[in-house]
Amino acid sequence: MNINLTIIGQAIAFFIFVVFCMKYVWPPITGALAERKKKIAEGLEAADRATRDLHLAQEKATANLHESKVQAAAIIEQANKRANQIIDEAKEQARAEADRIKTAAQAEIEQDANRAKEALRAQVAALVMSGAEKVLEASIDEKAHAQLLEKLSAEL
Amino acid sequence: MASGTVTSSEYISHHLTNLTFGNHPESGWGFAHSAQEAAEMGFWAINVDTMLWSVGLGIFFLWFFGKVAKTVTSDVPGNTQNFIETVIEFVDDNVKGIFHYKNPVIAPLALTIFVWIFLMNLMDLVPVDWLPYIAGQMGIHFMKVVPTTDVNATGGMAISVFALIVYYSIKQKGVGGFMKELSFQPLPKIFLPFNLFLEVVGLLAKPVSLALRLFGNMYAGEMIFILIALLPFWIQWVLSVPWAIFHILIITLQAFIFMVLTIVYLAMAHDDH
Repeated sequence: MNINLTIIGQAIAFFIFVVFCMKYVWPPITGALAERKKKIAEGLEAADRATRDLHLAQEKATANLHESKVQAAAIIEQANKRANQIIDEAKEQARAEADRIKTAAQAEIEQDANRAKEALRAQVAALVMSGAEKVLEASIDEKAHAQLLEKLSAEL
Repeated sequence: MASGTVTSSEYISHHLTNLTFGNHPESGWGFAHSAQEAAEMGFWAINVDTMLWSVGLGIFFLWFFGKVAKTVTSDVPGNTQNFIETVIEFVDDNVKGIFHYKNPVIAPLALTIFVWIFLMNLMDLVPVDWLPYIAGQMGIHFMKVVPTTDVNATGGMAISVFALIVYYSIKQKGVGGFMKELSFQPLPKIFLPFNLFLEVVGLLAKPVSLALRLFGNMYAGEMIFILIALLPFWIQWVLSVPWAIFHILIITLQAFIFMVLTIVYLAMAHDDH
């Protein structure tokens, strides 16, 4: 074991190897390792987030469903109420219409009756006039007795 | 390879001799023909086998990891990427557990140390005679294939780590702060010389222990393999298989220890008292 130049040669070789390793070997590999670590962390986090999102979505869906059910029930109830109301209204209207028609008919009947009475009254007056004419013949002054006859017909 | 032409001690020393290139005082520039010649070349010689195997394995490590780093994806990883990521995360966890400061150098440094030392140690599991035999056939007399059994290889790394310790100590605390740390503890200020002595020894012990721990473990392990190889070939497996299996633990553990201690030392360099 003689110490000779080899010891310096070794030191030089060692120095060169370390520099090369530092420049070309270590950074890319540790860089890739760090990048992979980051990727895995991101992946795990994304998975966590997805699970959380899924839970949230499920909860939301359940809530929505519940809400819609409540809404639907309310709508149905409202519709029923409205239907009943419409039916009631229709009944009311029908009754009012019927009343109105009845009243109108009664009024017409009354009017007709009056009209008939009037006509009868006029005819009776005419008949009485013609009867009286026939009885009294020409002796009766039409104009003088018209007033009298009118009074008479009004009493009928 | 315990053939009759070489004695056991020749075989062992042959296996423990590096392929050294340098200037021999007598025969001039060239490869050393023996361990003694290699020693005579002094400091200005180079262990060609150590350099080639360690640099080759280092390039293999960077090529392999760099190839994955180029096509790395944050999507589903392939098998190779998975493997690389496991190694990187293992190192990164260790660094994050020990080193609590922000420094982009430490983690790649730890990765380089761990994988490079592991690969160099791994050469120990290649049967001791294969590569030297092939080299011998090609006319290369010495071939030590495990760079970490050469104290120069472990020492080179330990010196680099020591340089980083000093650099970061000064960078974090300033020259004054570093000096203060070396002189004003563990005892009160009046014991300054004693403190300084203690701390400097402690500081220097760090690279020495780093280098010698790894070197000693691997050298001893290699030695056991060489000794086992001296047995008759039909009985070798009885010892070499358990030892190799045990050695799988050793080589990983030694790479791990070198890495962890480097991180710890650099974390201490960042600590401000």
